[in-house]
Amino acid sequence: MDIKCLTAVELGKKIGVGEVTVREAAEAALAQIEKVEERVHSFVTVNRERALERADKVQRLLDRGELTGPLAGVPMAVKDNLCTEGMPTTCSSRILENFVPSYTAEAVKRLEAAGAVMLGKTNMDEFAMGSTTETSYFGVTRNPWDLEHVPGGSSGGSCAAVAAEECFYALGSDTGGSIRQPSAFCGVVGMKPTYGTVSRYGLIAYGSSLDQIGPVARDVTDCAAVLEAIAGHDPKDSTSAKKESYAFTKALTEDVQGMRIGIPKDYFGGGLDKEIKEQIYQMVRELEKRGAISEEFDLNLVKYAVPAYYVIASAEASSNLSRFDGVKYGYRTSGYEGLHNMYKKSRSEGFGPEVKRRIMLGSFVLSSGYYDAYYLKALRTKALIKQAFDRAFAKYDVIIAPAAPATAPKLGSSLSDPIKMYLSDVYTVSVNLAGLPAVSVPVGTDSKGLPIGMQIIGDCYQENKIIRAAYTAERIRTYARPQLAAAEEKGGR
Amino acid sequence: MAKQYETVIGLEVHVELATKTKIFCGCSTAFGGAPNTHTCPVCTGMPGSLPVLNKQVVEYAAAIGLAANCEIARVCKFDRKNYFYPDNPQNYQISQLYLPIARNGYIEIETGNIRKKIRIHEMHMEEDAGKLVHDEWDDTSLVDYNRSGVPLVEIVSEPDMRSAEEVIAYLEKLRLIIQYLGASDCKLQEGSMRADVNLSVQEVGSGKFGTRTEMKNLNSFKAISRAIEGERRRQIELLEEGKEVVQETRRWDDNKEVSFVMRSKEDAKDYRYFPEPDLVPVVLDDEWLAEIRARQPELRTEKLARYRKEFDIPEYDAEIITASKHMADIFEAVAFLCGKPKKAANWLIVETLRLLKERGQEPEDICFAPENLAKLIGMTEAGVVNSSVAKEVFEKIFDENIDPEKYVEEKGLKIESDEGALKAVLSKVIAENPQAAADYRNGKKKALGALVGQTMKEMKGKADPGAVNRRLKEMLPLKKKSQSPSNTSS
Repeated sequence: MDIKCLTAVELGKKIGVGEVTVREAAEAALAQIEKVEERVHSFVTVNRERALERADKVQRLLDRGELTGPLAGVPMAVKDNLCTEGMPTTCSSRILENFVPSYTAEAVKRLEAAGAVMLGKTNMDEFAMGSTTETSYFGVTRNPWDLEHVPGGSSGGSCAAVAAEECFYALGSDTGGSIRQPSAFCGVVGMKPTYGTVSRYGLIAYGSSLDQIGPVARDVTDCAAVLEAIAGHDPKDSTSAKKESYAFTKALTEDVQGMRIGIPKDYFGGGLDKEIKEQIYQMVRELEKRGAISEEFDLNLVKYAVPAYYVIASAEASSNLSRFDGVKYGYRTSGYEGLHNMYKKSRSEGFGPEVKRRIMLGSFVLSSGYYDAYYLKALRTKALIKQAFDRAFAKYDVIIAPAAPATAPKLGSSLSDPIKMYLSDVYTVSVNLAGLPAVSVPVGTDSKGLPIGMQIIGDCYQENKIIRAAYTAERIRTYARPQLAAAEEKGGR
Repeated sequence: MAKQYETVIGLEVHVELATKTKIFCGCSTAFGGAPNTHTCPVCTGMPGSLPVLNKQVVEYAAAIGLAANCEIARVCKFDRKNYFYPDNPQNYQISQLYLPIARNGYIEIETGNIRKKIRIHEMHMEEDAGKLVHDEWDDTSLVDYNRSGVPLVEIVSEPDMRSAEEVIAYLEKLRLIIQYLGASDCKLQEGSMRADVNLSVQEVGSGKFGTRTEMKNLNSFKAISRAIEGERRRQIELLEEGKEVVQETRRWDDNKEVSFVMRSKEDAKDYRYFPEPDLVPVVLDDEWLAEIRARQPELRTEKLARYRKEFDIPEYDAEIITASKHMADIFEAVAFLCGKPKKAANWLIVETLRLLKERGQEPEDICFAPENLAKLIGMTEAGVVNSSVAKEVFEKIFDENIDPEKYVEEKGLKIESDEGALKAVLSKVIAENPQAAADYRNGKKKALGALVGQTMKEMKGKADPGAVNRRLKEMLPLKKKSQSPSNTSS
């Protein structure tokens, strides 16, 4: 048995019955990290000792019967914008290079309570700003399917780590597609839950009104299990919702009988890669064979989503990132004269170009005289987009769309044209603006052998519907392992 | 003839609310404490931390709004005010701009028998900043975030005041209302109440407001009065010289009695306000507002009316006592415990105010337990101590909150009730002062005073002067007059 090929839930079961020890599981993941990390670079921080120590502790708890559950003892990784007590949390930025939080994010705490063994922190676009993980101060992450390509972003490290079998699942964050797009690029399952489902306490904010933490997993079952562990009301987050049920794993049924699927025409027009379009359509046809009913419709407003998103997210970011000033923690410039100069130099040297661009954009749209024309207008657009989705969900159970207009681009081909990069978020940002849940599931690979992801969008708090659709889709196209992970083994799993 | 000018003043008053915990986290709001000990990830702006609104802040703010006759917003929101300064750990302050909790109120003031309404433009909730400590020696600055996140309300008046007198009357009235609500102790010196003065002058009858300035750093009513007078004079001088008043923020130096420019309008910051995305709108529904209204305590006017009905004390005394919520609370407790409201009022108005004045304190600083004053009143009524001993004991109560029963016992200050001992002393005094005794018996009433005084001295003050008086009269019966009174003195 090759431990690293197991899914999180499979591994959890084996640990539960004592077939695999927690230490063996952690060692298997650490060995894989050792083997591929130099090529993939999914992690900013790996803490081997801490992971093994933790593994032994979890084993003791399991042995004493003090811990049970599907994820107990399963090694995982956390995006580096989630605070972890005693472990550096950098947001892949120079300005937080040496920052060690004094507390742990609520979502991570919940996983720890479920017996998770954290291996380390995954790479990301600096402060989650980017779609390729190339804006990281600590260097790029490569796509395990083809090392010449990006893993997507901003949760590129989490998605690459899961695809490269360096961990069994990971946490990401999604402000405008940052879980779904890299999941699609890396051929893994990634989900952005309804805004308010997972506590944001301890997530270093980018766009507070859009940010959600979510799971990145090898299959839909793992995805639902992780979501179930991290979801729930948290009094420390005022925007956290109170729901009666957070039982997501019960939706893991192969049943789309009578499910109404909406296909937004505007998401399948020009600009979308043909192969992606074909494969998604094919999947829809497969779902129809199993009893689903699909219909094309006009969502409209699609062209306003990207501008509205960049105005709102940048505005919030410009304020959220103002606390990084060299005064209390993080990077401070070495030489300065007076307070103002210290601020200016610390921030100029500490932030990368993409972060600076968004801080300037955000400061501009909030400044007096422009607030109404940009920020308020963007908020109104956001409300209109939500209404358009409300109308759609009156007719459909789920909406199916691409996760990105193309498969993973080559390294170094995106950053030179930021506008083009922003526009590639067109299929994901509306979901954040409307606060909806959406999952990206792999539906195949293109002619270059790169994974294609399909996005399933649900109405607010209808995670179970999209899980059911995703689970069914997964039965049709089973999970494929990237070459990097599969190459060196015989047999596979 | 010189031009006549009118002063136009509006106030921005910040009040620190008396909640036990901060506005967005569970840290203590206690004043003092070693630097950065009342802090957590939220009030030090650590990455990833999120604010959670303290319900009590909303309730205090709504209570103040109601007492100041404001319209209370059924839905209000928080906004971020962005500016960089190290005392502000997130480099933005969570405040309210677009939808504040209260608007359009007024407070009625009285100056020299003239009543006037000062309108309140709006009132909002916000968080306080930390404190910078500059080390001149080291040329460094340190930040203490203990105060960061302490809840504030800012009350913005309309420019309805015309003199320092009106400003002080407004502030005193506002302070009294807030103290009565228990929403703050409103101490200017400690900064729990801070006022910024917006002032302009205009020629009488011009009907057009002049350019205003904003004055900061006013730490007492006296400083406010002086700053208003100073700024009024400065602006008039400028206008008289044909110069213009510049719109700017100035800092008052009360020692030098002059103000300095802090920043001009050109330097005015663009705070880039926008709705705080980490907080949800505050919805004050009927039920909640009704609860707050029901909990609204008796304010001064109602208290005065009740005193008139319940206690037989002079109106003047009632006004002095109710001028401080703290004093009124003590009065009511003492009156209840000893059942003698008149005596209670007397001790507060005469002795307490005298001691406060001597020690340079405010009624808010009274810190003795009402039980102790009540006991003392009981003891004097029962004749256990005489009035001069009582005053001495009260001073001890005032300063050290001693238990008067124990104190009197320990110090042996009780009135000597041993008849035998008193009689012996009286006999001794009469024997030693035959002339005075004879004078009294011969009708020279004044002579008795000397004998009483001598007796009290012998008794070391522990006798009841009334009783001494009585007994002396018994022991020295007046001589039968054989002659007409007109001859006695000859």
